[in-house]
Amino acid sequence: MAAQHRTKGEPAVTSAPLTRDTEITGTTSRLSGMSLTLGYQRRIVAEGLTVSIPDQSFTVIIGPNACGKSTLLRALARALRPSSGTVLLDGRDIHELPARTVARTLGLLPQSAIAPDGITVADLVARGRYPHQGLLRQWSAEDERVVREAMEATGVAELADAYVDELSGGQRQRVWIAMALAQQTPLLLLDEPTTYLDIAHQIEVLELCARLHEEQGRTLVAVLHDLNQAARYATHLIAMRDGTVVAEGDPRTVVTEELVERVFGIRCRVLDDPETGTPLVIPAAGRRHRAARQPAGVGAGGTGRESTVD
Amino acid sequence: MKTTVVLRGGGWSLRIRPRAVAVGGACALVAFAIAVLSIGTGDYPMTPAEVLRALTGSAPATDTFIVRELRLPRVAAALLVGAALALSGAVFQSLIRNPLGSPDLLGFTQGASTGALVMIVLVGGQTAAVAAGAVVGGLATGVLIYLLAWRHGLHGYRLVLVGIGVAAVLAGLNGYLITRAQIIEAARAMLWLTGSVDGRGWEDVIPLLIVLAVAAPVLLLGCARPLHMLEMGDELAGGLGVRRELVRFTALGAAVLLSAVSAATAGPVSFVALISPQVARRLTRAPGPNLLPALCLGAALLVAADFVGQRLIPDRLLPVGVVTGALGGIYLTWLLSTERKANRL
Repeated sequence: MAAQHRTKGEPAVTSAPLTRDTEITGTTSRLSGMSLTLGYQRRIVAEGLTVSIPDQSFTVIIGPNACGKSTLLRALARALRPSSGTVLLDGRDIHELPARTVARTLGLLPQSAIAPDGITVADLVARGRYPHQGLLRQWSAEDERVVREAMEATGVAELADAYVDELSGGQRQRVWIAMALAQQTPLLLLDEPTTYLDIAHQIEVLELCARLHEEQGRTLVAVLHDLNQAARYATHLIAMRDGTVVAEGDPRTVVTEELVERVFGIRCRVLDDPETGTPLVIPAAGRRHRAARQPAGVGAGGTGRESTVD
Repeated sequence: MKTTVVLRGGGWSLRIRPRAVAVGGACALVAFAIAVLSIGTGDYPMTPAEVLRALTGSAPATDTFIVRELRLPRVAAALLVGAALALSGAVFQSLIRNPLGSPDLLGFTQGASTGALVMIVLVGGQTAAVAAGAVVGGLATGVLIYLLAWRHGLHGYRLVLVGIGVAAVLAGLNGYLITRAQIIEAARAMLWLTGSVDGRGWEDVIPLLIVLAVAAPVLLLGCARPLHMLEMGDELAGGLGVRRELVRFTALGAAVLLSAVSAATAGPVSFVALISPQVARRLTRAPGPNLLPALCLGAALLVAADFVGQRLIPDRLLPVGVVTGALGGIYLTWLLSTERKANRL
């Protein structure tokens, strides 16, 4: 739905998000990382990394495997303590804030989330209320309302009594997002929410994210693998390589042929997405494919051998 | 029956699973009934009514003495050891996210045994010394495993690997200690290693009662909710505001203490810690550690096992550990066959 809004009247749309983006960058950022050094035990993933997440943006982090994008997300979510530098949430060091305060401001949906055996959808979504509950405040009327709304917003309300183990991958991902929504945080961080989903479920999840961002005014940060999806849905793009930010800003200006080559090391062409007008990255064809397009006889002999060698 | 029922008042709200409450309540009732039955049987038989009168203090002095001083301590030991082991097993299974978690698997039981065997074989200590040895051994093993497994936080997988390793080393050490023993001490050591509540007095029961009175509320009220969250993964739990290391340290400490002190009271009674949480889960059909139902079920299981052990073979008392071992075998066989029928194995 969100993408359809953007499709209507292509020239007008290109300017509208731009002005909104300048407004965003002009305003504040509740979440930022200042000269972060990030790593695990002996391996350093990133050094001197500085990023800020514009408020009310749908920020997408892209980059090749092992470039440190998930690590950055984990650091921003307080799941990883930087070896130097600070992550600031509302102007304060996130590691000095009480865990519960952070959990009421910032939600994280990690890749590592495990659905407990034999849990129902409603029970799992309800667990998102944990930071708002206590020993004597286990299930307030507000908890009930927020969980119901989260399930409705993600379209899993009719699955409430189903077991999570029995759901499809796309449904399960929507349930996890519902749980994160029930946490009622203005900031929501999603680590590769579309990985392992087929194309239909990827679109389903991204449309949901775009809707949450537009209708509920939440700040979303997601790590994605698909460059075209990132360009289509993000209002703010962060491109990373080898632990550094190569470029950031509106995807319409950021995604260029040079950037893709610098970040992913591949040659490509960037076209306008015929659906949305956002950048569409087409990787350059390999030798084999170019050969196949030539008249029979010219490159055909080599094609077969090359494909086995490849 | 609805899976959850909510009770609300001004400013407070409780979310209750009726099925879990029913399972816990039923197990507590069964435990109580078997306890009364068990107290009433013996060379001087008493009806349940007489037992209850003696417990409440409105019976003849002889009855009251027999019940309160001779028979109640044994039954209380069975109830408390069962409850403590089941609770510790439920915590371990939740912490390592694996239904095989139990103090036997993770080496804490072997540690308690080492402490007790050192006292029996090398020092020649009496009951109190052996009990103290078991507690010290169990706790020291807990500290050792925690230190070896800790690396930027405690991870379930590391805990399992380190625990199995420590358990293997300690099992070897325990075997060596028995080979060093004289025949009488060796027999005593073997009896201790089987696990028994025979001849336990109040002096054996009171320490466990105190530990359980402290550890159970800490776990049930303080740790149960965050443990639910930790079962979904560390990062997610952290994102929900769970103070992971604090919760894990507290839960692990309480569970190690429970298993060490129950070993001091009854020796390493096998399988109760492994089975009770699993059976409780199957009965409640609720996700999460199911601490309270497991606790009640463990108490019922052990007091029933002791009751059976006293009467299975006439004129011959079976230590409770033999009965729980047999029950464990039966349960695992049943589990294997049902899982195979359901095509999960």
